[in-house]
Amino acid sequence: MSLSTSRTASAPMPAWVKNALMIAPLLVLLSAFLVYPVGRLLSLSVLGTEGFSLDAYRHLFASGLYVNVLWITFKISLATTVLSVVLGYPVAYLISTAPAKLKNRLVFLVLLSFWTSFLVRAFAWVVILGRNGVANNVMMSLGLIDRPINLLYGPGATLTGMVHAMLPLAVMTMLAVMENIDRSLPRAASTMGARPGTAFWTIYFPLSMPGVAAAAIMVFVTAIGFFIVPALLGGRRETMITQLIIDQVQQTLNWELAGSISVLLLVVVLVVFIIYDRVFGFTTLTGEDPASQARRDTRARRAGSAVLAAMGAVSDWLIERFTFKPQRKRAEGSPLALRFFVWTVLIMISLPALLMIPISFSSAGLQWPPSGMTLQWYQQMLDTPVWTQALARSLTVATGAGILSMLIGVPAAFLLARGRIRGKAALLAFLLSPIIAPRVIIALGLFYMFAELKLVGTSIGLIIGHTVVCVPYVVMTMVAVLRNYDVRLDLAAQSLGASPIRTLKHVTFPLLGAGMFSAFLFAFATSFDELTIALFSSGGLNATLPKQFWDEVTLQVSPVIAAVSTCLLVFITLLIFGADRLRQRSLAR
Amino acid sequence: MSSSSLTVKKLAKSYGPFVALAETDLSVADGEFLTLLGPSGSGKTTLLSLVAGLTHPDGGEVCIGENEVTYLAPHHRDIGVVFQNYALFPHMTILENIAFPLKMRKVPAEQARERALAALEMIKLPHIAQRYPKELSGGQQQRVALARCMVYRPSIILMDEPLGALDKKLREHMQLEIKRIHRELGTTIIYVTHDQEEAMTMSDRICLMNAGKIEQLGTPDDLYFRPRTLFVADFLGESNLLPATLTASRGDEVDVLIGDRGITAKATANGTVKPDTNVHIMVRPQNMVIEKASAANAGHFQATVTDVMVTGSLTKIYMSTDEGAIPVLISAFATRISGETFNLGDKVALSWHASDAVVITEQPEAPCP
Repeated sequence: MSLSTSRTASAPMPAWVKNALMIAPLLVLLSAFLVYPVGRLLSLSVLGTEGFSLDAYRHLFASGLYVNVLWITFKISLATTVLSVVLGYPVAYLISTAPAKLKNRLVFLVLLSFWTSFLVRAFAWVVILGRNGVANNVMMSLGLIDRPINLLYGPGATLTGMVHAMLPLAVMTMLAVMENIDRSLPRAASTMGARPGTAFWTIYFPLSMPGVAAAAIMVFVTAIGFFIVPALLGGRRETMITQLIIDQVQQTLNWELAGSISVLLLVVVLVVFIIYDRVFGFTTLTGEDPASQARRDTRARRAGSAVLAAMGAVSDWLIERFTFKPQRKRAEGSPLALRFFVWTVLIMISLPALLMIPISFSSAGLQWPPSGMTLQWYQQMLDTPVWTQALARSLTVATGAGILSMLIGVPAAFLLARGRIRGKAALLAFLLSPIIAPRVIIALGLFYMFAELKLVGTSIGLIIGHTVVCVPYVVMTMVAVLRNYDVRLDLAAQSLGASPIRTLKHVTFPLLGAGMFSAFLFAFATSFDELTIALFSSGGLNATLPKQFWDEVTLQVSPVIAAVSTCLLVFITLLIFGADRLRQRSLAR
Repeated sequence: MSSSSLTVKKLAKSYGPFVALAETDLSVADGEFLTLLGPSGSGKTTLLSLVAGLTHPDGGEVCIGENEVTYLAPHHRDIGVVFQNYALFPHMTILENIAFPLKMRKVPAEQARERALAALEMIKLPHIAQRYPKELSGGQQQRVALARCMVYRPSIILMDEPLGALDKKLREHMQLEIKRIHRELGTTIIYVTHDQEEAMTMSDRICLMNAGKIEQLGTPDDLYFRPRTLFVADFLGESNLLPATLTASRGDEVDVLIGDRGITAKATANGTVKPDTNVHIMVRPQNMVIEKASAANAGHFQATVTDVMVTGSLTKIYMSTDEGAIPVLISAFATRISGETFNLGDKVALSWHASDAVVITEQPEAPCP
């Protein structure tokens, strides 16, 4: 086909039609499988079987139980948030200042925990804190205790598990901001006479605040909808609101009450977000610069800088008290105490899941220390068809959800990154809603809808459900990738005679390949690890791997689960390693 | 010695096998404007950050005035640094930025404010006090960085390519501005740049660096007219470097033989050079006397014109030599005063005055860069 015929073959499509076509699949998906089902669920709270009624809410507030659980949930989430941010901050700081090679290794370590299933990590704590677990064993050999004490099923275990689950998220979020802080700023401050503590608190810390805020809100909204850790590690007094919602549906089939609790949970999340927006601005979440909003001299700001100056003075006093004379050759790099602290945290992040490896090969089962070498747990795992079936099901669903998310998300990302459209911010907020809304609400809404459509227990239902929660990650990753892509390359290709389609095929996609693959992996891994939607919509027999894991672990804690955990760990490690290799290869090009 | 002078003794720094700065000695007088000039990776920024205390040396010492400060933390040194990217604090207003070093020195708030406003007055930007760095143009940010450094009167100011990001016009304007402030305050300034023209126009002395070493230290005049190494001759301005053999010397004036035909010429040596030494002579293009080849000048250096470029004030003529054993391109910048024009392919003869040809005894390390 010559150039002239292809040019006359079709009239150019109006821009708005093209834009609409690019975003339409995403809007249809989210409207049909997020807005509609969640709306239905929430409306159930006021529309019982016999018309409009507020009975559910009367019931909700009458007993005090639900409000109490909500309060506990709030407290646990808040404590988790504070601890994750405080422990994660030095880790992110040290990683951001590390030389490139060490940085890659440290990020790999954090990512490994980030991608290791919440289930695996929570289970690891059950084993560690158990009666014959590592913790008791170590304390006894140190002579701290005489006989095993009960560490599980209390606020301590819950908080440990929660913080452990959320730390990688907090570190990665803060790291993203710290990477962009100009390292010459604190150095400049020191040449102007600022002592190290003052330079940190008055220069570096305020600049890292957007990262702290973003990490805090991400951890908080994840924690408030969490149920795995409190269910496995907590006692009755640490029951969280999501567990109540699940119970209402699974045990009493009380949809009205489940709906009303969901409304309550959603309101709390929304209020937190509105406060966040007022204080920090939403834009900090999408990585845009908060400094663009004018922050003139206000009383709050002056009070803030006074506090920071005082923090600086105090830490300078401490530094000078506890270090040697300054007129000496000092070791360069971060202080030893900081490095020791960070390594401790990093080891604490990674170790629990890694402990599953020796335990899975130990004939002593879940007891510590492991003894004897056996493959019997792996044998049992393979002999039980439910595990292999669950694996097959999970791979099918994750692949399907990954592909569907890419098909829907990539065009939308192109539009968001390049198109000039109105209401981009609102669109972005809508797009992120599957991540922000508590997962259990989405899961219940979908369950209700799938039950009517007879999709419960089918792969199709799960793929659709998972796509709803995976697609935001695909869009976010792709938008970031596209922002770094030089559009002039496309223009160059077109100027050399390539049609738009052939430009995509020969120039754009080959260059974006690595980025697209990592977006796919992101979606794949999210779906592979998804429990909440699968908990309801996978039906009784066709469980996915996380669902099967959950069923087993809530029934009984067995060494077979340690074997499964080890397999999952190896799988995730290979996946991240492969993705990292690919990323580096595309960078080298 | 005054408190604003700087002395560096045997200072060295390596990063693994890479020698960023070989053992270096340097002293800068009180109130002097010294430029560290050199290509990227020549060690100038390393030297600057060792002086600032942002990096620790492997050995040697740094003295400011009479105080040894080699391992002293930057905040105890009383120096000022203007960073390449300005390093203005994005979360502070311009006034807060400029008052920051005063605040660190525990100057009372009201006084700090007044001094910061006075500094803004000095850079002629009094109206931007309440703005944030992001709201300023590159040139304005540059001036604020300068004001923030000047406001506390540090004994030495270090500038790391401060004008690198500005366009040509603004650059020239800021060069004058920095010179003016230097004159008014009389501060010692150590200035890093890779722009030779900037170095020539601004400095009292230039320290030309290459591969972690000082190639030559001297006034701009010294470096331009009396280069001691091939690198210096080549780095500053355009030059013709011709291999030659020295045959006789009478004080500074020497006779040389060039090419296999043995053209005799005169040149100027700085210091004594023994006869029969292989040397290079450097002639600046504007000092080349260029004529059409004829029987009268057959004893001169012969060449063929390969390119003629009219730049306005000058006509640049590029030639290939017709002499054996000299495989170099030659350039000459003729003015139109002689009225003669040259065209492609013209055979020409080149000559020069003894005072315009400088003998360089250093031989290139093979292979020559």
